[in-house]
Amino acid sequence: MLVLVEQSLNGLQFGLLLFLLAAGLTLVFGIMDFVNLAHGSLYMMGAYFAATFVAWTGSFVLGALLALGATLLLGMALEFIALRHLYGRDHLDQVLATFGLILFFNDAVRLIWGPAGLALPLPAWLTVPVQIIPGVYYPAYRLSIIVAALAVAALLYVVVMRTRLGMLIRAGASNREMIGALGINIKLLFTLVFGLGAALAGLAGLMQAPILTVQIGMGENILILAFVIIVIGGIGSIRGAFLAAIFVGMIDTLGRAFLPDLLRKVLSGAAASTAAPALSSMLIYLLMAIVLVVRPEGLFPAARR
Amino acid sequence: MKTAFWLAGATVLALAQPAVAGDTIKIGFVSTFSGPTAVIGNDMRNSFELALDHLGRKMGGKPVEVIYEDDGQKPDVGKQKTEKLVQSDKVDFIAGYIWSNVLLASLKTAVDSQTFLISANAGPSQLAGELCSPYVFSTSWQNDQTPQAMGVYMNQKGVKSVFLIGPNYAAGKDMLAGVKSTFKGEVVGEEYTVWPSQLDFSAELTKAKNSKAESIFVFYPGAAGVQFLNQYAQAGIKAQIPLYTAFTVDELSLPLQKDNAIGIPGAQEWVNDLPNAENKKFVEDYRKKYPGLRPTYYGAQAYDAAQLINSAVIAVKGDTSKKDAMKAEMEKANFKSLRGPFKYGNNHIPIQNFYLQDVVKDADGQLSLKTVATIVKDDQDRFHDKCPMK
Amino acid sequence: MTFPITPRNIVAALVVAGLLLLPLYSQLTGNIFILTLFTRIVIFALAASSLNLIMGYGGMMSFGHAAYLGIGGYAVGILAFEGIGSGFIQWPVALAVSALFALVIGALSLRTRGVYFIMITLAFAQMAYYIVSGMSRYGGDDGLTIYKRSNFGGLINLSNRVQFYYLCLGCLFGGLYLIWRIINSRFGLVVQGVRSNEQRMQAIGFHANRYRLVCFVIAGTICGLSGALLANNTDFVSPAVMYWTRSGDLMVMVILGGMGSLFGPVIGAIVYLVLEELLSQFTEYWAMIMGPLLLLIVLFARGGIMGLLGRLRLG
Repeated sequence: MLVLVEQSLNGLQFGLLLFLLAAGLTLVFGIMDFVNLAHGSLYMMGAYFAATFVAWTGSFVLGALLALGATLLLGMALEFIALRHLYGRDHLDQVLATFGLILFFNDAVRLIWGPAGLALPLPAWLTVPVQIIPGVYYPAYRLSIIVAALAVAALLYVVVMRTRLGMLIRAGASNREMIGALGINIKLLFTLVFGLGAALAGLAGLMQAPILTVQIGMGENILILAFVIIVIGGIGSIRGAFLAAIFVGMIDTLGRAFLPDLLRKVLSGAAASTAAPALSSMLIYLLMAIVLVVRPEGLFPAARR
Repeated sequence: MKTAFWLAGATVLALAQPAVAGDTIKIGFVSTFSGPTAVIGNDMRNSFELALDHLGRKMGGKPVEVIYEDDGQKPDVGKQKTEKLVQSDKVDFIAGYIWSNVLLASLKTAVDSQTFLISANAGPSQLAGELCSPYVFSTSWQNDQTPQAMGVYMNQKGVKSVFLIGPNYAAGKDMLAGVKSTFKGEVVGEEYTVWPSQLDFSAELTKAKNSKAESIFVFYPGAAGVQFLNQYAQAGIKAQIPLYTAFTVDELSLPLQKDNAIGIPGAQEWVNDLPNAENKKFVEDYRKKYPGLRPTYYGAQAYDAAQLINSAVIAVKGDTSKKDAMKAEMEKANFKSLRGPFKYGNNHIPIQNFYLQDVVKDADGQLSLKTVATIVKDDQDRFHDKCPMK
Repeated sequence: MTFPITPRNIVAALVVAGLLLLPLYSQLTGNIFILTLFTRIVIFALAASSLNLIMGYGGMMSFGHAAYLGIGGYAVGILAFEGIGSGFIQWPVALAVSALFALVIGALSLRTRGVYFIMITLAFAQMAYYIVSGMSRYGGDDGLTIYKRSNFGGLINLSNRVQFYYLCLGCLFGGLYLIWRIINSRFGLVVQGVRSNEQRMQAIGFHANRYRLVCFVIAGTICGLSGALLANNTDFVSPAVMYWTRSGDLMVMVILGGMGSLFGPVIGAIVYLVLEELLSQFTEYWAMIMGPLLLLIVLFARGGIMGLLGRLRLG
């Protein structure tokens, strides 16, 4: 039973991290109708910035804040220079162009920081396990990710539901022409939203960095998961992304934790050991396929034109 | 239109490099030079280049030309690059290969064309057994040998039970099979993770912790090893369950693993402080030529590959068409290996010692690897009986 | 049907002539590798052309097209592994399994539209990828080496480089001819009509999704054929050929060459694969050039290379 609690926490932590990445993606996708494959590169840049700034300043928190700012600026610059010319174009054009950006960012990082990857060490107070309920110890850092991500989710909720910016974002997600007609500086809004999405991706990257290290291509596999999440949740829906992210995180982790033992009851030991990792990776895609077959626009489709 | 013609012209020219034969010794080197594991490929290339420097960039009196190709850690790309080296560049030798799956995909191309292939790292069990070939030599080991040595060491330490974790690909399966074949205690659990994409091991670590195993054994090369040790330390398991490893802590991962690696034992056939003259020269010159870097076992094996090729070329006085004579010479392992002298088995896999290595702080206050003991002497892989060559 | 002398048609004719004469060039210069490289290119051109049929003409943006490469390849590989070496069994099985897979995922996926369609095709391809990765008997993640190429009796010897190249080229031209016939048939016109205005076609009384599904199955089957060819070409098949990045590569080839143009994907496959080979010879940082190049093509050369040529005038 205690194992289940601990594995669920693992799943929750992974899910929340995925949410940060998916939130930015769904915002950009929902409002600008823009498919950004390079979102994973921004996640990677967040991690590289953080590793660099933390080494510079010697403070984890200060370095992380600087990295957030840097990713925000990078995202806005990227939007301003190249990506805004792709709004209104075919999704495929966007996929191709941002696929090109992935190639570029990976090699640029290799040129600047070298191929070896970087380490982002944690301050000592975050490296100890904490006892959460009697008998269950949990890594303090993973716990802090859960707390931080929940805080960001709450903040995002307040911004989107309670502020003027949020109102415009919501309006944009359901009817793009409308906000233009209202006389809002739509270009500025788009740049801001893109920067916000980039910062969220950067945050996910830098929070994941101490667990997974910082390396080239770190954003690519996780990006596909983020896409799966926003599609399950319904494109443009933050609430959908949140629920889908937790769902995916749980399924992935619990699948890895319990599927091998289940399989061993049916198959021979060796066959089960090989099949289990493949099957548990498949669960997520199975989930997405089922959701889309039943609800072709995801769980929480944002109202469309 | 003009650009199209220009492009077409350039393409034909670039793809039509004529094959010059005879005057140079041509060596193809397939390794990973892009993506996160490019560090390993770079280290192998550095060491291979250093070996050529030491040889005066000549073998048997002829200048040496090396063509480096990037496999991107993908079996199909590695296969394609091997084809290019064999068919287009018409190389005399192919060396390199970090990954078991890349080597297995490329093997047929080399063997069918009767080009000598020297594996400087990958050692899948098939290579030692049913797929062994007169044209294939190894300057590393068979995958199982290193974890087998670790299993022996765990027996010596009196460990009663173990939980195994490794990646789900050829080498990962070989590694866990290797430790199981020598470890006498109980194997409480065995987990495979998706390779190379899965980097979060929280579910596996939680299971290991709750299995009440006395020890954990892992195999995670490259960056995955850094991540595993990070998470192992953060989860607080380091204080509870000791970790035993193969190919998880090396000079490439140490700068990232830092203190997390202290006290984690590993088994290896080469350590930087092995006390022979060639090795001392190699380590010194490497650090001189590539400031800030330290040589690794990958590099040492690549260095040995160059020396092995050199011994063959000298034996035929540069006439690389004499394949039988070159094969016979290489089977003698007649060169000064950085790990000290070794013999080849019938399957062209080294019969060699394995050492216990530990992480210590050296004179400069930097973390480095140190030989603690010899675990097994003259160890031969357990698949050589399956090799049809006698 | 006449072929006016336009830059597009001249380039297409030159490419066809070049492809036909390539083995001669390879024989004369002794450069075998160029034949190996172009065999691979021709196979990918066939796969990209099949994707073009659904993407360019049918408006169905499949992000899982590489799955058929793997299915066709594994059909050959698994049968060879189990001792059935005859191409007369292997290839029909490869085509049938691909068609069946396309039928099932097509029937389910076509309920969705737009980005959701892109993602659900991706999901099915990833599932296929993981199923294959889990088959430990057939090598799992590491893939399966094929020790004997498909055996077609005395008809054709696949181990002969030149014969195999012409077989692949024959398949490519056959595939292109089939696609050309389809898009100019009544069936093809309906499919293209559905792409531009689905409601109207529904209103006239066409079951849009049935037409789309048939189109989807044909494309999958053609791609399954290129999978069987690819497996024979590399003597090896691994789950990596069906990973999502490979589907992305196919999409890039189609868009680069010119989506919705019969010959575009062939040009796209040639340019993409040759560029990759050349750039990686010049610099390790080839992706740093390739990446921005893709971005520039999207920004300034809509309709890909064929679109660019279409805008050129002679004289």
